[in-house]
Amino acid sequence: MNIKEIRSYFPILDQEVNGQPLVYLDSAATSQKPVQVIEALNKYYREYNSNVHRGVHTLGTRATDGYEGAREKVRKFINAKSTKEIIFTKGTTESINTVASSYGRANVKEGDEIVITYMEHHSNIIPWQQVAIHTGATLKYIPLQEDGTISLDDVKKTITKNTKIVAVTLVSNVLGVVNPVKEIAKIAHENGAVIVVDGAQGVPHLKVDVQDLDCDFLAFSGHKMCGPTGIGVLYGKKSLLENMEPVQFGGEMIDFVNLYDSTWKELPWKFEGGTPIIAGAIGLGAAIDFLEEIGLDAIAEHEHKLAAYALEKMKDINGMTIYGPHDPSKRAGLVTFNLDDVHPHDVATVLDAEGIAVRAGHHCAQPLMKWLKASATARASFYLYNNEEDIDKLVEGLIKTKEYFSDVF
Amino acid sequence: MSFKNLDTLYRQVIMDHYKNPRNKGVIEDSDLSINMNNPTCGDRIQLSLKIEDGIVVDAKHEGEGCSISMSSASMMTQAIIGKKVEEALELAKIFSEMMLGKEIDSDLDLGDIEALSGVCKFPARIKCATLAWKAMEKGIREAK
Repeated sequence: MNIKEIRSYFPILDQEVNGQPLVYLDSAATSQKPVQVIEALNKYYREYNSNVHRGVHTLGTRATDGYEGAREKVRKFINAKSTKEIIFTKGTTESINTVASSYGRANVKEGDEIVITYMEHHSNIIPWQQVAIHTGATLKYIPLQEDGTISLDDVKKTITKNTKIVAVTLVSNVLGVVNPVKEIAKIAHENGAVIVVDGAQGVPHLKVDVQDLDCDFLAFSGHKMCGPTGIGVLYGKKSLLENMEPVQFGGEMIDFVNLYDSTWKELPWKFEGGTPIIAGAIGLGAAIDFLEEIGLDAIAEHEHKLAAYALEKMKDINGMTIYGPHDPSKRAGLVTFNLDDVHPHDVATVLDAEGIAVRAGHHCAQPLMKWLKASATARASFYLYNNEEDIDKLVEGLIKTKEYFSDVF
Repeated sequence: MSFKNLDTLYRQVIMDHYKNPRNKGVIEDSDLSINMNNPTCGDRIQLSLKIEDGIVVDAKHEGEGCSISMSSASMMTQAIIGKKVEEALELAKIFSEMMLGKEIDSDLDLGDIEALSGVCKFPARIKCATLAWKAMEKGIREAK
């Protein structure tokens, strides 16, 4: 991978922040966008902006081709069997909520169980809390090992014949742990449950094959994988989606409308009420083209090297706590940490003065923060455009942060 | 690297309040106890107040957060003890104006609070500084 060339596609990286060259280490929050994506959006709005699936005019046809063409790109990207299984949403949150509100409310009843893990993002906790509250089901958590990973023994103990839904993240946005989703899916299926995979932190960074994982649902966001904000994907097995009711009703999703009832369009459109996210889908398609040209395996390997390099360098900083497994082979490209005696907000502010962007806070994972016994943490996350120099600057910045705070004390 | 800009945020007096917080703790027989958090970052404060004849006779804070939120809580309690509740509310108003970068013209004794005026140059940190003040305002207004 030629990082110099890759960086040249991201115009935003070529700037100074607070008088220092920008070091962007917050891709787990949102990734930057390459010119290929920016130009695809530009071209759509300048040349063929039009509504889709209606009208017979030329622009409408071009827009429809662009939108449905993006769906085919997504299908191929995650190796789904059919484009009927690819639903465009505004992001991971909406994707998971769609499964919870439709499949969850219809198939979960009192006495049933929904199983999640301690490392879930709020968007893969709260929809299931709501299903449990409304149906009288029990929400159960798979515990974490000392190093933040989950063991298949615990998975087997937690999932029972009463479990209807298992919802688990592919990659933790805090611990960087990559979960054994394929094995968890097998255990879920043996117990008659479906598995919902939160792919927000996984799909952008490693090759995901829904048929190989045998997951029933997969949710992910475009903006974390070089695409625009406001577009996401819900993949679902056709046999499940066909029997699910839509959650949003209105234009676009109907077949026949009578005075007192209506019928729905076929998949996937019955889940896409209203004018869809046309530009977003086209931008996501361009992002997929971009990522596939570089290759997901090469991206994963690059991030893996960066994570190993960062772990190695950061562990030598005095007073540094690194969360999650210290074995780089168990990790994706992010490092969550705390510096003794310096609150993560203060770390982030001092780093920002150096042009370094990191995330500080609870990372939308309050139950996990409780498990870590930390009220907040700082996180540096990497993507294909980051290099070792970025990590050197981070380490330098962290050492200076420590010095600065010991000086003022 | 220049820390000149940072020094407008992290003044000595702020760091002193962070390291040696004044009025830390919980008043057992308080008249008002307010819990408030900043859901986007995890900062949390429990503020307890003792009010007699319309005067704040004691104020204590407990919680967790960054240097700015914790020092602000320390300074806030220090500033309002001995003041009438109306004056405490007036201070909260002055403080939010200070966070907007406005010039402050008041006869009230601001104590150490002015040290936080540099926060307005760091928009991402204003919420940290105002947490304790919001808790105080909320508590007093609800009690009224």
